[in-house]
Amino acid sequence: MEFEVLGNKDTRSGFGEGLAALGEQNPNVVALCADLTGSLKMDAFQKAHPDRFFQAGIAEANMIGLAAGMTIGGKIPFTGTFANFSTGRVYDQIRQSVAYSKKNVKICASHAGLTLGEDGATHQVLEDIGMMRMLPNMTVIVPADFNQTKQATIAIAAHEGPVYLRFGRPVMPIFVKPDAEFVIGKADVLAQGTDVTIIACGHMVWKSIEALKALREIGISAELINMHTIKPLDEAAILKSVAKTGCVVTAEEHMMNGGLGEAVSQVLSRQHPAPQEYVAVNDTFGESGTPMELMTKYHIDTPDVVAAAKRAIARKPIII
Amino acid sequence: MENKALAGIASQVRRDIVRMVSAVNSGHPGGSLGCTDFLTYLYFEQMHHNASDFQMDGRNEDLFFLSNGHISPVWYSVLARAGYFPAAELGTFRKLGSRLQGHPSTDKNLPGVRMASGSLGQGLSVGVGAAQIKKLNRDNTLVYTLHGDGELQEGQIWEAAMYAAANKVDNIIATIDANGRQIDGDVDEVLSLGDLHQKWVAFGWEVLHMDGHDFDSIRSTMQKAKSMTGKGKPVVIIMKTEMGQGVDYMMGSHKWHGVAPNAEQLQVALQQLEETLGDY
Repeated sequence: MEFEVLGNKDTRSGFGEGLAALGEQNPNVVALCADLTGSLKMDAFQKAHPDRFFQAGIAEANMIGLAAGMTIGGKIPFTGTFANFSTGRVYDQIRQSVAYSKKNVKICASHAGLTLGEDGATHQVLEDIGMMRMLPNMTVIVPADFNQTKQATIAIAAHEGPVYLRFGRPVMPIFVKPDAEFVIGKADVLAQGTDVTIIACGHMVWKSIEALKALREIGISAELINMHTIKPLDEAAILKSVAKTGCVVTAEEHMMNGGLGEAVSQVLSRQHPAPQEYVAVNDTFGESGTPMELMTKYHIDTPDVVAAAKRAIARKPIII
Repeated sequence: MENKALAGIASQVRRDIVRMVSAVNSGHPGGSLGCTDFLTYLYFEQMHHNASDFQMDGRNEDLFFLSNGHISPVWYSVLARAGYFPAAELGTFRKLGSRLQGHPSTDKNLPGVRMASGSLGQGLSVGVGAAQIKKLNRDNTLVYTLHGDGELQEGQIWEAAMYAAANKVDNIIATIDANGRQIDGDVDEVLSLGDLHQKWVAFGWEVLHMDGHDFDSIRSTMQKAKSMTGKGKPVVIIMKTEMGQGVDYMMGSHKWHGVAPNAEQLQVALQQLEETLGDY
């Protein structure tokens, strides 16, 4: 299967366009930002709807509380800041005032993972998916490219309940069609294969697309699933694929602990034990560097997906 | 409502509080007893609200958020006595499956509660957010919040205070339960708040003071606070109270912050509190 590259853009811009579209479509959508309006690409919404935009300043805990309060009266608040300040910094506020209280707040988090780049480990959160998927009532979405981030942003406004939407900074290839339907909790099977199932999210979907080509050249037929919703996880898609391939690679720009791979392994261990290899950051902080240098150094690059696929296949039980 | 009628309700609420916490040997009677007169006044005289048809979105109703969620016994009792749910349900407080969780929650849809609280310092942000949406919705009703004085040690309170003044959120009235005590001792000893009046002034709020056990003081101050809304500044009331008010052996100490009376102590407390509306 060939993938047509439709352009190159950052996923955060997809969020900005989606939010601007929502501003026109839905008068109940309001937005809050903690002094990162430009970085989050929220300027268009702010300019078009100044009465529905709330600048919280550098006070993220208050921003989450404000957003929770704003649901009372029927509004749908979208908060925007970096992923690190959207989760770890405000975990207790999200836990009590949003998740436990079942408030219709959309926590939109940019600059997630290593690909934030030069700012270094203080800002490169690699634990956020884990923190958010541990919270009851929370939906966790990690779209793959610009188009899908825009589609996901629009889709979560129609979903009643707390959502964590994770996206990033680097410019990456666009491959999701602009008119594709985004269904929360329904994985996209991007390529059919028989030897190994690659399950990826976020920027790692593109890296996995690159890996497909390399694997094909050495005679390996890989199936690729874009698991854009980490919670609720599309278990049926995983089980259907692994029944065919017999082994799995998970690929994510996140810590191995707590992320997509761990979510997938829960499904496999309970329902269909199979070899699984992880492409993820292994219990370490990041550092300064360009996004692509960091992906290489921390082993979440295309060759790492290829190597993991080979390892997974080698671990499959030999049937005589 | 006449002071005598308010005092009668408050006496019953105090009976409810000590009976609720004693029955499960847990909960927070001290601060609950201290805020009884205020919450009785708020729900029976001040607020425009609809107890018989609770709506989460609270359009065209005054809203109340309890930020110091550990004084849930007083809130639950006042809500029940105001008609949000049957008083008999107070007997389920802190028991398995109850809608009356140890700290307030929306999880089991208890009428009157719009936000979970317990982890301190979050309620002012919530109230300010709700107040801003009232403005956006052209809803002229008000938002009330209650906070402990010890709770003001949480930094988020001051984030919210700064934000409310900077954004001219003038449809919120926050009240501080200034009993001067917290779990580990006197607030001044644990972590002094310094000049609390000047702090709120410096953060851009209108600041009022009242005696939280004198209905005339509560009434005149709350009416004044209401008259100050809509003028560009948020309003805070520093309310002097006594932790454990109404039960002599609980007053004058921080020791009854989170300790329940035993059966014998309960009887002593009940002898000091007239049953006016019938025990649940």
